[in-house]
Amino acid sequence: MTNTLDKFFTFLFYRKGLAIFLLLAPLLIWLGVVYLGSLFTLLIQSFFSIDSFSGVIKREFTLESYYDLFRQSTNWDIILRTTTMAFTVTVVSAIIAFPIAYYMAMYAGPKLKPILYLGVMLPLWSSYLVKVYSWKLIMAKEGILTWILEKLGLLHLLDVILSIPVIGGTSLSFSYIGMFLVFVYIWLPYMILPIQASLERIPKSLLEASSDLGGGPAQTFRKVVLPLAFPGVVAGSIFTFSLTLGDYIIPTIIGNSSYFIGMAVYTHQGTAGNIPLAAAFSMIPIIIMMVYLMIAKRLGAFDAL
Amino acid sequence: MPSKWNFGTIGLKLATILGFLFIHIPIFIIIMYAFSTDEKTFQFPLPGFTFKWFGVAWDRNDIWEAIILSSQVATISTILAIILGTLACLAVYRSKFFGREVISFLVILPIALPGIVTGISLRSAMSLFGIPFSTWTIVIAHATFCIVTVYNNVLARLRRSSHSMVEASMDLGANPWQTFRFVILPNIATALLAGGMLSFALSFDEVIVTTFTAGQQSTVPIWMLTEFIRPRQRPVTNVVAVFVILVTTIPILVAYYLTKEDEGGKK
Repeated sequence: MTNTLDKFFTFLFYRKGLAIFLLLAPLLIWLGVVYLGSLFTLLIQSFFSIDSFSGVIKREFTLESYYDLFRQSTNWDIILRTTTMAFTVTVVSAIIAFPIAYYMAMYAGPKLKPILYLGVMLPLWSSYLVKVYSWKLIMAKEGILTWILEKLGLLHLLDVILSIPVIGGTSLSFSYIGMFLVFVYIWLPYMILPIQASLERIPKSLLEASSDLGGGPAQTFRKVVLPLAFPGVVAGSIFTFSLTLGDYIIPTIIGNSSYFIGMAVYTHQGTAGNIPLAAAFSMIPIIIMMVYLMIAKRLGAFDAL
Repeated sequence: MPSKWNFGTIGLKLATILGFLFIHIPIFIIIMYAFSTDEKTFQFPLPGFTFKWFGVAWDRNDIWEAIILSSQVATISTILAIILGTLACLAVYRSKFFGREVISFLVILPIALPGIVTGISLRSAMSLFGIPFSTWTIVIAHATFCIVTVYNNVLARLRRSSHSMVEASMDLGANPWQTFRFVILPNIATALLAGGMLSFALSFDEVIVTTFTAGQQSTVPIWMLTEFIRPRQRPVTNVVAVFVILVTTIPILVAYYLTKEDEGGKK
């Protein structure tokens, strides 16, 4: 048995092409059939329609679901609301993440650096649901945040913020501000790491050269550091943007029950059983992400990943 | 760094400290609440301290069922991811052919696209082909997005280990199987373990894709989600949250230490 196996391996060893093919085949079959196949059925299903009386899916090519999708202004609201949130979360995450990443890459010593790195990795990987839940505790009316603000005498400030139209609400955990806060919290590590990696890769000699040539710190930062770190920011933004676009847990648990794309997709397929409409709806984040990834590629983000 | 860069150091330090507090404190708050005697609200300061909820959670069958299902799914998905990922890495790392970029892209896609897309597409395929929900539908979904952690870890290790060892082994008369078993495998073992750990943690925590592929069964995250929306016993949820923190954090720490030498660029 082992002998045959040996012979088989040796046989393969001299046929590199075949060996590579056999090694790759399982993965390609899996991702090709299971994943790409599913994406493809999603695309096909988005061209099916549902019989509104019987609830049976009609397997004929039609643009009905797309028509339904774009006809209703509430759906446009959902798309606009989700992309605005994704965009705002991305910009604010980048602003908060940059100084942290900068400190990690440029100032932290060899002892501190791995600690900081792990300090970003742990929250990134640790349970998403638990993290969302912890904010529910924090932002609850009787919870820790209210308590702190009360002790600081700033409770009226919270009321002022919550009274702002659109983004405010009855309490922090039922408002866009609360949702926004949780999104930034959850995705921030995804932004810090790529920026840090891109800053890490800037050769120190470039900074020295800049200052030798008479560039002040601010000038060096603006003309050397920032352009070289920008692909890292774009790389990070892919995560924050895509993850916000597709999330439906945070808007379900925190927020004022206005719909986001993910929730709409979930409801259409689940409660309504309207898979064609859900499929058409989920084409929107796919298209937005494809455009986004194309722009990101232009900006060199893939080299920074 | 040159010392003239001092102008913003204090500000940077402050921003870093605040940033780290921001991303770490909520996790400690959850742990704290698991010991609260308060049953109905999220009252702070905590009215009292108790271990009671750990006992209550221990006796709940639905929690055990969710934990068992999650462990099964995570284990099988990880094994599948290890097999698929490692084989592909062995094909890819030494060869420069057209498909290399394509494969890296394909492997990343399930986690790069929004989770809802992966979820709904698997769901729509299952409905189109009439596949009934089972543990296996969850496994199929999880293995798909777990491959990337194994693939990236193993590929990074293979690229850093020198190929001359493989050549030496072949020169000394070892056949390809022996070379794999005694040279390549020990070399990538820790990377495999690290990738596997991350994949386990990833699967154990996944919720969005799971909601679409699970049917009536609950994994731990699905159980938690149901409790968030319709709470039965809030303190018990806090206890499960602490458990989930442990189950996901420990593999990450282990994975970090297993791949630490990779970061330095030298083996």
